[in-house]
Amino acid sequence: MTSRTDRRAKERGSTAAAAMLALIIVVMTVITVYIFVEKIWWFPPTITDEGALFDSQFSRTLWITGVIFIAAQFGLALVIFRSRDRGQRARHFEGHNGMEVLWTTATLILFVGLGIYAEKAWAEVHFIGAEPGALPIEVTGQQFAWNFRYTGPDGVFGRTRPDLVSASTGNAVGVDPTDPAGKDDIISPGTIAVPAGREVDLIIKSLDVTHSFFVRELRLKQDAVPGMTIHLHFTANTPGTYEVACAELCGLGHYKMRATMIVMSEADFEKWIQQQEAANQ
Amino acid sequence: MATHAGAGVHAHTAPTGFLWKYIFSLDHKVIGIQYYFLALFSVFVGMALSLLMRFHLVWPAAKVPFIAGGIMKPEQYLALVTMHGTIMVFMVLTTAPQSGFGNYFLPIEIGAEDMAFPVLNMLSFWTTFVSLVVILAAFFVEGGAPIGGWTSYPPLSAVGDVAGPGQGAGQTLWVIGLAIFCLASLIGALNFITTTVDLRCKGMSLMRMPLTVWAWLVTAILGLLAFGVLLAACGLLLLDRLAGTSFFIPGGLVFTDTVLTSHDGGSPLLWQHLFWFFGHPEVYIAILPGMGVTSHVLSNFSRKPVFGYKAMVGAICAIGFLGFCVWGHHMFVSGMSPYSAFAFSLLTMTIGVPSAIKTFNWLGTLWGGKITFTCAMLFALGFVSLFVTGGLSGLFLAQPTLDLYFHDTFFVVAHFHFVMGVAAIFGIFAGTYFWFPKMFGRMLNEGIGKVHFWLTFVGVYCIFMPMHFLGMVGRPRRYADLTGVNFLAPLHNVEFFISIAAFITIGAQFIFLYNFIHSLGWGKKAEENPWRATTLEWTIPSPPPFDNFAGRHVQVYRGPYEFSVPGAPQDFIPQDEAPVEVHGVHNEGKT
Amino acid sequence: MRAAATEELELIETGGGGVALPPLDGGGDDGRRWPSPEVSRRAFTTGVQLGLAAIVMFFMSLTSAYIVRKGLGTDWQATEMPRVLWLNTLVLLASSATIELARRRNTAKPLTAEAREERFSRWWTATIALGILFLVGQLFAWRQLSAAGLFLRTNPSSSFFYVLTAAHGLHLAGGIFALLYVAFRNWKRSRITQETAADLAALYWHFMDGLWLFLFALLTLGR
Repeated sequence: MTSRTDRRAKERGSTAAAAMLALIIVVMTVITVYIFVEKIWWFPPTITDEGALFDSQFSRTLWITGVIFIAAQFGLALVIFRSRDRGQRARHFEGHNGMEVLWTTATLILFVGLGIYAEKAWAEVHFIGAEPGALPIEVTGQQFAWNFRYTGPDGVFGRTRPDLVSASTGNAVGVDPTDPAGKDDIISPGTIAVPAGREVDLIIKSLDVTHSFFVRELRLKQDAVPGMTIHLHFTANTPGTYEVACAELCGLGHYKMRATMIVMSEADFEKWIQQQEAANQ
Repeated sequence: MATHAGAGVHAHTAPTGFLWKYIFSLDHKVIGIQYYFLALFSVFVGMALSLLMRFHLVWPAAKVPFIAGGIMKPEQYLALVTMHGTIMVFMVLTTAPQSGFGNYFLPIEIGAEDMAFPVLNMLSFWTTFVSLVVILAAFFVEGGAPIGGWTSYPPLSAVGDVAGPGQGAGQTLWVIGLAIFCLASLIGALNFITTTVDLRCKGMSLMRMPLTVWAWLVTAILGLLAFGVLLAACGLLLLDRLAGTSFFIPGGLVFTDTVLTSHDGGSPLLWQHLFWFFGHPEVYIAILPGMGVTSHVLSNFSRKPVFGYKAMVGAICAIGFLGFCVWGHHMFVSGMSPYSAFAFSLLTMTIGVPSAIKTFNWLGTLWGGKITFTCAMLFALGFVSLFVTGGLSGLFLAQPTLDLYFHDTFFVVAHFHFVMGVAAIFGIFAGTYFWFPKMFGRMLNEGIGKVHFWLTFVGVYCIFMPMHFLGMVGRPRRYADLTGVNFLAPLHNVEFFISIAAFITIGAQFIFLYNFIHSLGWGKKAEENPWRATTLEWTIPSPPPFDNFAGRHVQVYRGPYEFSVPGAPQDFIPQDEAPVEVHGVHNEGKT
Repeated sequence: MRAAATEELELIETGGGGVALPPLDGGGDDGRRWPSPEVSRRAFTTGVQLGLAAIVMFFMSLTSAYIVRKGLGTDWQATEMPRVLWLNTLVLLASSATIELARRRNTAKPLTAEAREERFSRWWTATIALGILFLVGQLFAWRQLSAAGLFLRTNPSSSFFYVLTAAHGLHLAGGIFALLYVAFRNWKRSRITQETAADLAALYWHFMDGLWLFLFALLTLGR
């Protein structure tokens, strides 16, 4: 039989531990929620309409998970503190079928509902392709750079062959000189220019290993897989300069495989194209 | 050739000789301890690697010990990333909770004398040991350890040196080591399932098994079905690397202006499908045993039955089954069909449901209880908090729309570290503090253990919560250096904070190591049932004799969590305690 | 007491011909002594069945890799099956028949113990011989293919042919080792009887046979 002083000491001990654990959980939750609410570290502003869909779906998900997060963590802290050993007897119950059914159904509807709701944004990006009048830009990743190709006035890409790839002579993607369609192709190493307000159809390829084309402001990412040609379309609305980063481990230069995306007005874009054509002559 | 029956029964005698007692022991308890020590060694190796990684990220120009020439090169950083992930996932999270604790306690908790196949058990440990040696050997060959990440995507991992340093012999050793690990795991899984199905003692029906046993059973089923797939994938990758086949390597690849003519026609996506078909069940293999331990420990130290035992069993089975249906959520941006992406997404959201059920039931177990805050209990409570955090970030990643941004950013790193790198580890710690007395006959020092807990619990939140924010800003994974891309510049303070938190938290683990070693030699002697627990391991001495029950006739009469039963003389009833007539009313053991 | 009696009956039923499902309410090793013969037989049977499940997953991975690769684009060049494979298939089917003859316990005429042993020995050896013959035949098929200029690395179709046949061959070699083990190990010192071991080896063997039929169909019809 433990003496009263022993029992009291035990109670104090468990109260101290319960209070500390509950406090840590509560403080962690409050700090985390604060950072999210105040957007202390946040996405850069988006520049497309699809990006806005992303942002709203993110908010929706954040609200739901946020409520669950606060409820679960605070609930845990509360239960820990209230059920600490204060010398009471534990209650004996083995479950409650009604509650099991209730929270199973509720979480099922909530989670699956959220998933179905997210389909719209996904479908916009991936279920439908680019419109017929979209500007095609070929994106080629390699260890450790991005090269971008435009069709030039004829609107057709020239054939490429892997054995013709030669960075030193400026033929970064291996355009075949015998193909007339390729003569007016414009290759822009490291910089992709995009006209604002016009839909762009990216044609994403890789020369060697798997890379990934990632622009934060577009809220888009797509792996560049060798042996595959993958399309990604978007319409950028806001002029500016944005970074392209590689988002799939591709070797020792993965961290510096960046490029620059410049969104410019239609007029500026025409000027830029002409400048590139002149430089390529 | 003799064919007569009944000749097979022979006595189960204690082993003699150092080699048979401690090295090639057939005793599941010794083998369990061997696995545990392998995991303990591996976790310190894994932490050392991450220490070097965090150091380099915030002080990239500083000289690092162990590295020739001083300053860490990108391929060395990537080698650290690869080996950290590999060692932690395979040698820690797949061994300690399952092969370590499971081997030790599964037979005892079901009332058996040993595993069904003791020789296979011994072989599976030593095969695991060999695989660890082979994988670690990658550090020491020319070119160093592989740089392809623990996921080892081809073509990077398949074309050899031409793709960069670290992709030579190191990558080959890695693949071979992993294949050996697959074999060891398959044998182990076979043993666990057979033992659970066939060697339960009288009265130990399926619905009287402790939740730890259910978790080990379902985990073993996952392992049995998943590791064969990884083995096949490793075999094909090895052939691509060494025999000139092209399972994963497409044609026309160009490296430094030279076309690779030796391969053609393969598909990098094929590797991803095979790897992740294994890889997703693998992460449930990592977490399920921890869930089982958490249920077990929460119940014990609340002095209450597990809330909703049947639902908990159902949830474990549902998680196991659904775990095989969701692998595509690792491949949303891979170039896979967007329609199948949507299907995978819905299935992934669904797997959140059984996880939520378990969380609710843990809270229900605690509610109305009488909680004592032993170290085991603290870590189990920590598990719940960490699992909630990690699980919720999964809800973002399960949606392909959102994954378009978050894939391969630190948001993913935060998610899987919370569930695997911390919650599962807390499950291992909870199991350690709970079962150390039984395994070694001595108590771990609770005071030192509490210091370990507080530092670690606060520490892991400081390390991994900020990673969500890094991910939201767009910080990609596996970047050896943070100066290559401009938008990472404002994040330096956060990276610094994470690194400092990591140094402190890793340091705290040495407190645990000290406690472990000191208690082994000088800890307070443990009694048979120091935690006043109900399951069968607490009815035998600490540590147990070689045949567990010393020839005793074991029979189970009741469920595994009979705490605070009204009218009972104590606040717990061991599973093997026969029903008693009380006040003329026949008190049936509850099922 | 009644419950115990029913459990005893169940355990008895487990021995001999078939293998009953393990009782869902425990009833296995009662902790008194190392697993009884009945429990051991059941455990070993479960073990082999689980091993087969793992092997199925391994071959299903290779099969799905094969199917996926075939469907990827237009560069698939079908590999003509060497004709010796048909002969090998017959050999393997025959070995399944001989192993059953070896295992058979109920014959028209009751036999003495020695006669039973002799019959077992005869048909078991025949099975081993046929198994070895199959593997030799597979090596012959490989030679025929390489003579036609088709090697492991030649094209995806040939790669899969070699990989699938090699994987099957390795597992079959394991089966031959098991047959030899059943024949030569001292079963008096084991937890299971030689009969049980033979039954389990036969289960594995038939599975290898079935697996070959599946792979052969895949390579022939699916090429």
